[in-house]
Amino acid sequence: MGELLKNAIDWAFQPTLYFAGTVGALFAVLFWRKLFSKTVVITVFFAVGTVFMLWAPSDPDFKKIITKPDNIPIVILIASVVFFTWLALRQAVDNDRAIAKGEPTLEAGLGKKKVFTWPDLVYVEFICLILFTAFLIVWSLKVQAPIEEPAATARTPNPSKAPWYFLGLQEMLVYFDPWIAGVVLPGFIIVGLMAIPYLDTNPKGNGYYTFNERPFAFSFFTAGFLLFWVSFVILGTFLRGPNWSFFGPFEYWDLHKLEPLVNVDLSTYFWNMLGQPKPLDPLVREAPGIVALLGFFLVLPPLLGKTVLKGMVKSMGVVRFNVFMHLMLWFALLPIKMILRWTINLKYIVGIPEWFFNV
Amino acid sequence: MQKLFQAIRQSQIWRSIFRHGYPDTPRNRTLAVLSNTFLHLHPVKVRRSGIRLSYTWCMGGLTFFLFLIETITGLLLMFYYHPTADKAYEDIWALREHVPLGIMREMHRWAAHLMVITVWLHMYRVFLTGSYKPPREFNWNVGVILLVLTLLLSFTGYLLPWDQLAVWAITVGSNMARATPFLGHEGPGASLLSFGGLNLVHAGDDARFGLLAGRFVGEGALLRFYVLHCVGLPLAAAFLMAIHFWRVRKDGGISGPL
Repeated sequence: MGELLKNAIDWAFQPTLYFAGTVGALFAVLFWRKLFSKTVVITVFFAVGTVFMLWAPSDPDFKKIITKPDNIPIVILIASVVFFTWLALRQAVDNDRAIAKGEPTLEAGLGKKKVFTWPDLVYVEFICLILFTAFLIVWSLKVQAPIEEPAATARTPNPSKAPWYFLGLQEMLVYFDPWIAGVVLPGFIIVGLMAIPYLDTNPKGNGYYTFNERPFAFSFFTAGFLLFWVSFVILGTFLRGPNWSFFGPFEYWDLHKLEPLVNVDLSTYFWNMLGQPKPLDPLVREAPGIVALLGFFLVLPPLLGKTVLKGMVKSMGVVRFNVFMHLMLWFALLPIKMILRWTINLKYIVGIPEWFFNV
Repeated sequence: MQKLFQAIRQSQIWRSIFRHGYPDTPRNRTLAVLSNTFLHLHPVKVRRSGIRLSYTWCMGGLTFFLFLIETITGLLLMFYYHPTADKAYEDIWALREHVPLGIMREMHRWAAHLMVITVWLHMYRVFLTGSYKPPREFNWNVGVILLVLTLLLSFTGYLLPWDQLAVWAITVGSNMARATPFLGHEGPGASLLSFGGLNLVHAGDDARFGLLAGRFVGEGALLRFYVLHCVGLPLAAAFLMAIHFWRVRKDGGISGPL
């Protein structure tokens, strides 16, 4: 029974199912938010989580990754992200209900009232601070900070992992070359975050939790943060082992586990289809991919702006719309590449290793 | 006892420090906040809706608090640490072996992990309450830079124990810089920057070299990361935090419905 369950969990956590599962779960939570914001849901989640955390470490392979001192924060991250998403959703649902009835939101109801910083705010801060300090001291006494063998540049550990908060970027390396996964996409994440207040022209939902007044912003940000950042960190920490191969939570980290790499460039598909040998000139060889990318980045935004997203151009203005579209398209490149990899084993859309230009 | 307290409270020393009575009247509560260097970051009065724990999650405050913990524990750790390749590892090892009940390194490390989490959750909360909307656009931007600084602080600190975990994590992380377009020797466009057949961008002068002060993670990188970790980045973060907190007040206090 236990083995069966472990095997089922290992199977369910393989990257394709894991990703599809997280997407589906978030979609379900946001769609049935009234149901999922009930107290019983979060209680059941933490109850099941606790039972699981009591049972699962009986497995030696699971115990090995979960009790690594540096992995404890990831467990805290999972618990807190789930809890706070629930908390935000709950307040958003309550507020949306109030707005629909024409009543003031919870925040607006209290909004006019002002209280003295001393004592009302100072005490909250002080209590938070004391509890947190106590928690930190207990944690520090219980768990010793790890130190491994001395640095040796000749011995590469396998797997070599970046610090956990950058594992999302390392996971992207599976699908992109370092210049995109490590430089361009992180750059766009920072630029994109900074652009948010200037791109979001919706005046509603300023200073209170709400879903219905900003459904796109709410779902898009939760998707970006939870699916493409936090869940990648979890994947990279617990499910990626030697050679960055995938390992289920109950699987032994076998150094010799080989995942066959049979990935093929788009150009190979194209010239094979035409029944011709690949041209030597890289620009001609990669023409189909280049055309696809140019179409994606240069033709798609005006095309969408003239047709489906006409209203958006009108409300945002041309400049905002174009900046927004380009950030979105860069972001969309990731799931597109992931799906192409899983379905047709696509390696590169444009592959010019001569110039280190691989997309 | 009562009299003793009375005497202390009325002494010239006490009154020179605290320029107000016990904060149980509106006047004294106002003065308590106004006349205190640290508390006056706060306004005298705040929105009731804005200070509920379920609204703010206290994540911004905790992040700042963790920054202070990092500063204090980090300062103590600096007393015992030499940023050189032959001493760094030994020093960390000695901290564990020779200090009974020593938890400064533990606190520093766990608080650092937590700070990354709290800073993410703070951003999450600010987004979900729409608190980046006018007039707080600029402060959101300062916050994004502070988020990046937090990650960089943690990243530079990761190298300092100088063990296998540290060196290889930084190797993996900094290898990315090698692929920077135009500026990394394995990045797209770098080969275009050549002069008479001579590559201007190579492993000895590209973005990664600048980060590590060498072609691999070595002594130069350790010193560079140490200086950034202990001086450069904390100063930058403190500077931006001052702006961040100041702007919270100037932009209308903790966010709430307009």
